[in-house]
Amino acid sequence: MTDRIPGFSTLAVHAGAQPDPTTGARVTPIYQTTSFVFNDADHAASLFGLQAFGNIYTRITNPTTAVLEERVAALEGGTAALAVASGHAAQVVVLQQLLMPGDEFIAARKLYGGSINQFTHAFKSFGWNVAWADPDDIESFERAVTPHTKAIFIESIANPAGSITDIEAIATVARKAGVPLIVDNTLATPYLIRPIDHGADIVVHSLTKFLGGHGNSLGGIIVDAGTFDWSKDDKYPMLSEPRPEYHGIRIQETFGNFAFAIACRVLGLRDLGPAISPFNAFLILTGIETLSLRMQKHCENAKAVAEFLSGHPAVAEVNYSGLASNKYNNLARKYAPKGAGAVFTFSLKGGYDAGVSLVSNLKLFSHLANVGDTRSLVIHPASTTHSQLDDAAKVRSGAAPDVVRLSIGIEDKEDLIADLEQALSA
Amino acid sequence: MNHDAYDDNYIREILNGVKSIAMVGASPVNVRPSYFAFKYLAQRGYDMIPVNPGHVGKSLLGKPFVASLADIGRPVDMIDIFRNSSHILPVVDEALKLSPPPKVIWMQLGARDDAAAAKAEAAGLKVVMNRCPKIEYGRLSSEISWMGVNSRTLSSKRAPIPTQGMRLSLNRTSVGGGETAASDRAAKNKSELT
Repeated sequence: MTDRIPGFSTLAVHAGAQPDPTTGARVTPIYQTTSFVFNDADHAASLFGLQAFGNIYTRITNPTTAVLEERVAALEGGTAALAVASGHAAQVVVLQQLLMPGDEFIAARKLYGGSINQFTHAFKSFGWNVAWADPDDIESFERAVTPHTKAIFIESIANPAGSITDIEAIATVARKAGVPLIVDNTLATPYLIRPIDHGADIVVHSLTKFLGGHGNSLGGIIVDAGTFDWSKDDKYPMLSEPRPEYHGIRIQETFGNFAFAIACRVLGLRDLGPAISPFNAFLILTGIETLSLRMQKHCENAKAVAEFLSGHPAVAEVNYSGLASNKYNNLARKYAPKGAGAVFTFSLKGGYDAGVSLVSNLKLFSHLANVGDTRSLVIHPASTTHSQLDDAAKVRSGAAPDVVRLSIGIEDKEDLIADLEQALSA
Repeated sequence: MNHDAYDDNYIREILNGVKSIAMVGASPVNVRPSYFAFKYLAQRGYDMIPVNPGHVGKSLLGKPFVASLADIGRPVDMIDIFRNSSHILPVVDEALKLSPPPKVIWMQLGARDDAAAAKAEAAGLKVVMNRCPKIEYGRLSSEISWMGVNSRTLSSKRAPIPTQGMRLSLNRTSVGGGETAASDRAAKNKSELT
């Protein structure tokens, strides 16, 4: 009697998208429009007052973007989602709903370098204070909790070294502290890890990476798990208190288990403004249709390349959690049994100079600051993505000076290995 | 009936079948959730009756308030209860005294009384708890998808052409879609604690 739940690949193709009612167009059309006409004054007032579902202006909602949002929500097992201009924008919008000036959040030390910068510097001017904890030491999260803590932020598979975070253990800390757990699931994608199944309350992504998957569009998304009770105390007034922006509406009381996604949309995105372009939403949506296939190939290639590098005499160490010898291998088997992702680092016996020389000798791998493309990518984090960190922080975040980061694409693995082989021996 | 997870067709049959809805606890204040739901359901064509003894003599979107279910004075298909869980049972008792009795008892988001539900079901009524008819209507018509909400439905069929106001029909072919098990579990844990 209960509805059959479709599988992941079916959701990746269908969720959110229905043939267009008027034209019958099967693929989601690109609604490249800034605004939408109202039927009458009452309809307009209902939309502005959040009394009706519907479109006003593409900064707040757009029919192409809405399909992307519903699709990612379905893939993550969330109640709703909000797409924004970038992964960074997603983080600002999420934390703006949770923190007031003087508040704190706890973040894992092992994060994308851009997030470390955003949390350390940009958020300081908002009065949001970050406390760092070590994802390899769960007790360091417990020790960091104070009465001002409003959230905990981690990455499921951490950039740049591809280490796996024990999401369930940190979710337990968050529950005990009475704060939501935010998981950046960019490098895993819901195909490999679904953080909500392990206790995450909010999931964020840079859609720019594996979800879009083709290196052609920036985007970010926020997924509401619908699990957190924002009104259990007075910590989250954006959700629990009457909002002056909307004449006294209480967001959680009105929107139930998708209240956080609505708050991000009507209080965050509406007022801060980092909207995604409908055209980007369309390209990312098309990318997601092949997510299962691409992730299988990304992971298969990454494992083969990691194994090749492990056996190479010029290589000092390979940090890929999919290898049995890796210290995160047990966590990888638990959280990412279908594959340990396709972003990892390795270090060269020749140190910094050997790393620089490798990058310049590669002919197929592209030297650029992105991950999760169909193309294989290489970067030297210490001089680029993590360059603004001091040396100690570089080492702590897995971006020591001798480390090279790879993002393995979906080319033929033999060609990737041949390119690395010639570059290492050049 | 599994009151933790309703089948889409159960909800769809209710919302497609009922014509008149008495909303107990309807508020004339235009930022209250009951006002939102009342207005939305009235715009979808339901014959809405506001029930609230504190507002008799006034009307809500042109519909006069009545003090109690007994004062409606005509048959009503569904009772939508906008009250806390602790106030559900007396309303159900009152509903069961109506002649003819209503077909459906609906308890709003956050409200759940399993004993009251069992009583209504024993009398042959259908019961929905801890749901909002506005959200369920929006979800099953896929109108709520415009807000990026997981409608938990999939369809390869062309949706019905929207009527006035981009209103979508409930008569849409769909199969189950993405689940929200984590949220359902959290709601269940919360209702067991309270």
